[in-house]
Amino acid sequence: MQFMLLFSRQGKLRLQKWYVPLSDKEKKKITRELVQTVLARKPKMCSFLEWRDLKIVYKRYASLYFCCAIEDQDNELITLEIIHRYVELLDKYFGSVCELDIIFNFEKAYFILDEFLLGGEAQETSKKNVLKAIEQADLSYFSFSRGWI
Amino acid sequence: MPAVSKGDGMRGLAVFISDIRNCKSKEAEIKRINKELANIRSKFKGDKALDGYSKKKYVCKLLFIFLLGHDIDFGHMEAVNLLSSNKYTEKQIGYLFISVLVNSNSDLIRLINNGIKNDLASRNPTFMNLALHCIANVGSREMAEAFASEIPRVLVAGDTMDSVKQSAALCLLRLNRTSPDLVPMGEWTTRVVHLLNDQHLIVTSASIDLQDYTYYFVAAPWLSVKLLRLLQCYPPPEDAALRSRLTECLETILNKAQEPPKSKKVQHSNAKNAVLFEAIALIIHHDSEPTLLVRACNQLGQFLQHRETNLRYLALESMCTLASSEFSHEAVKTHMETVINALKVSLAQFGSRDVSVRQRAVDLLYAMCDRSNAKQIVAEMLSYLETADYSIREEIVLKVAILAEKYAVDYTWYVDTILNLIRIAGDYVSEEVWYRVIQIVINRDDVQGYAAKTVFEALQAPACHENLVKVGGYILGEFGNLIAGDSRSSPLVQFNLLHSKFHLCSVPTRALLLSAYIKFINLFPEVKATIQDVLRSDSQLRNADVELQQRAVEYLRLSCIASTDILATVLEEMPPFPERESSILAKLKKKKGPGKLPDMDDSRRSVNGSTDSTHSFTDVLNLNPAPSSGANLLIDVFSESSAPAAATDVSEENFPRFVCKNNGVIYENQLLQIGLKSEYRQNLGRMYVFYGNKTSTQFLSFSSSVSSSDLNVHSKAVDPVIEGGAQMQQILNIECVSDFSDAPVLNIQFRYGGALQNIAVKLPVMLNKFFQPTEMMSQDFFQRWKQLGAPQQEVQKIFKAKHPMDTEVAKAKILGFGVALLDGVDPNPANFVGAGVVHTKTTQVGCLLRLEPNMQAQTPNGNAAPPATDPSFPFGAGLPGSHLGICSRCRGEQGDGFVGLKGTWPKSHELKVAFDLASFLPPDGRVCERLLLRT
Repeated sequence: MQFMLLFSRQGKLRLQKWYVPLSDKEKKKITRELVQTVLARKPKMCSFLEWRDLKIVYKRYASLYFCCAIEDQDNELITLEIIHRYVELLDKYFGSVCELDIIFNFEKAYFILDEFLLGGEAQETSKKNVLKAIEQADLSYFSFSRGWI
Repeated sequence: MPAVSKGDGMRGLAVFISDIRNCKSKEAEIKRINKELANIRSKFKGDKALDGYSKKKYVCKLLFIFLLGHDIDFGHMEAVNLLSSNKYTEKQIGYLFISVLVNSNSDLIRLINNGIKNDLASRNPTFMNLALHCIANVGSREMAEAFASEIPRVLVAGDTMDSVKQSAALCLLRLNRTSPDLVPMGEWTTRVVHLLNDQHLIVTSASIDLQDYTYYFVAAPWLSVKLLRLLQCYPPPEDAALRSRLTECLETILNKAQEPPKSKKVQHSNAKNAVLFEAIALIIHHDSEPTLLVRACNQLGQFLQHRETNLRYLALESMCTLASSEFSHEAVKTHMETVINALKVSLAQFGSRDVSVRQRAVDLLYAMCDRSNAKQIVAEMLSYLETADYSIREEIVLKVAILAEKYAVDYTWYVDTILNLIRIAGDYVSEEVWYRVIQIVINRDDVQGYAAKTVFEALQAPACHENLVKVGGYILGEFGNLIAGDSRSSPLVQFNLLHSKFHLCSVPTRALLLSAYIKFINLFPEVKATIQDVLRSDSQLRNADVELQQRAVEYLRLSCIASTDILATVLEEMPPFPERESSILAKLKKKKGPGKLPDMDDSRRSVNGSTDSTHSFTDVLNLNPAPSSGANLLIDVFSESSAPAAATDVSEENFPRFVCKNNGVIYENQLLQIGLKSEYRQNLGRMYVFYGNKTSTQFLSFSSSVSSSDLNVHSKAVDPVIEGGAQMQQILNIECVSDFSDAPVLNIQFRYGGALQNIAVKLPVMLNKFFQPTEMMSQDFFQRWKQLGAPQQEVQKIFKAKHPMDTEVAKAKILGFGVALLDGVDPNPANFVGAGVVHTKTTQVGCLLRLEPNMQAQTPNGNAAPPATDPSFPFGAGLPGSHLGICSRCRGEQGDGFVGLKGTWPKSHELKVAFDLASFLPPDGRVCERLLLRT
């Protein structure tokens, strides 16, 4: 996978994870182009499209679009399920996740993604194991923290 | 406020985020952000050392601001400091900041790498994982440089925890993809492969309870897909037992597809089908088991009719690879029913509103097309084109053009198809497409009459696309005579039809039409007067566009002065084009990228070989499998660009212009202009060569070399690229070693639009360039002149001047020739005398020159009486030690001239030749402009 973008129906970018080194300018250009293309598509259309030399796999969950760019030989359907598994992980962690959770706890959304994917490849597909890792990190905070401010 | 605030919620951050969300306008948001930035900056700059938590919170705020799309120009240092924190969450935020805002600031990179190194060495698995994540997620070259050698060590170390190994393996994979040269895979490959056994263990051991890896009733779909993918890196196993086991596995996967679903959830079917498609991909990759191939084909056929759009899309995609792989194609062919079904379905997909699906359908139709179904497929594509999405129109046009060409049984169908293409989607018909139809019509005389008739009819439409006017103009100009017998398409009707479109067309099309008109004058003498009137009109002869004006002037003049024979020769029918790869195919390949396009010429031709052999079409398309200049096919016909036809011919057209001068344009074609500036001093010369790119496109791989048998020429290296419209200078240093006769040749090579161009130009370096003028008194001159009396020391030439002799012009020429003009030496003031010394490295040769114009005398009968025998002519003389005398004089009527040269010097004839050239030049030194004909 080359990158993953989360954006709202209004086109607001909520999360961006790049697994290829690109300049900020390029990232912005790609984001703008893809958000536009994906938002223009109708609900019943298929979840895949060819874009430049990449394949775009996207899926909408409530108000959020999850959009991945994969390479030619990558499997589209399994990528759809990567998106789904990530949504499940967010859901489990936040408890019925909504866009606001991702806005306010954006760093957590990144951490969960990092536990799940590494360098664009699925690292740990077991929901249980990913959440265990995240919970452990949260716990480690409590044991070291000086408390709330 | 957040619905949930789990873990280490940072309240300040939450407040800030909700402030931003409450901002009513962009301005308010920017104001709030600036306030926050000022606050954070003051905290970071403050005297009080910040605790880890605050640092983390502020870094997190900066990250948020950055992710909103604002620039962040500070805080990197604080983020890097977080890396060395002992607290996981602080370290985590530090890493997050770095992976999002990687900066090429070199100081920081060193600090970051230090932090990563420490964590890698920490033996704390969570810290190690953070470091590995960072390396993999950033994945930059710098990261690879710093850690490529480190990661494999972590991977194979005995004491590394499994979870860390997993991260290390993926990290290595990422670096290997981004910077394969830096990852020392060679030495590690075998050890990494061993890990594969391990990894199974990890999966099985880490999940005693395999259920963790069962996804919606599908066992480990990610692992299955990966393993099937891995197998596609290898050929089918040789070992029979292994092979049958693999076949069994693949059959099991195919069987599972037929089982009733264990869940109605889309996740279940997606995961299952992800594995299934990967298995089919492997079957197609192996391309060897007919039963599996047929089953895969049937399975895809089922999917083609699935109500799930995603599955239809993927089925079309897989079908496409299947149809373009060789063995499968055969296997699939035996299952025509499925194929025909697939065809029907993919045709139905045209109706889909989803452009992704339609695109796939076009791809599949293109891949499945063969002679049996070509007409149907092309017709369907054409009818689809009328409503097609703009984004894929051009591609469909290219595909239709290629299929029509490739599978044309009779060329009338081909011509019809292309004209339809222009009618339906004229704007998307690129030059390559309409060039191609003209090439084919010109190369095949059986279709020329039909083509002329068809374009004539098509042009009747009140509004037709300009591309049609181009094709029509070209074809009628060449073959209009084939339909001229019919009074409804008489020459005058044809001309009026074309000319009625003229004023609506752009300049290049008008230029083409003008060429068609001059061709008409040749084909149909009866319309000559009509066309001449048109050419003569002010709108042509005084057209503001220089190209149109020039054509009008030249064509008009040509039609007036040239005899019928000359016209017929000049305006002869175009010769057949050389066979080469279809430029359309090249364009489609370029558009789709080499991997994306099923290569029809390699794989499909062998499949259809038996039918092709009886058919002449491949001759036109692909007789010459190594196209060298396939890109510009018709271009040489028009003026836009011309490739030198015979590259090895040395151009010396402008050579004579340089006998008496050193600067000017030595070569020019439609692409390139070569100008020269040269200076000489004794036996050395320096020449500045200016290469001017006349096009708007880059010249690539530009190189030049000078070959000379006698001179030492040293050329400075040049840049391999000349930008469009730019000029490049090259300096040549020339040394004259001894006398010489052959001028050096400049060889130039470059690529223009994919075509290799070769140009050779004779450089104007003649012996007289190394003249040093010598002044001498009258007495000395004639004394020396007389001493040089031996027959070998003289060269003389009587010549008839082509142009009126003018004293000033003659003086200028003699000076330009290189000698000093000696005033008051010759008793006859009408004569010119000059003296100079030719310098070579080995020797110096003194030369005397005398030119005697005879403005009054009658032209002698022939050149029978050499002036040397004329007692009035003071022949002979020379410098001591000189070998050569040159004398020349002019006799006869004004305008006639004679040159005489004599000498013992072996190469003296070179000077004579050079002087001949100079003498024949018109007064301004220009050679007569050749009339450029464009047909």
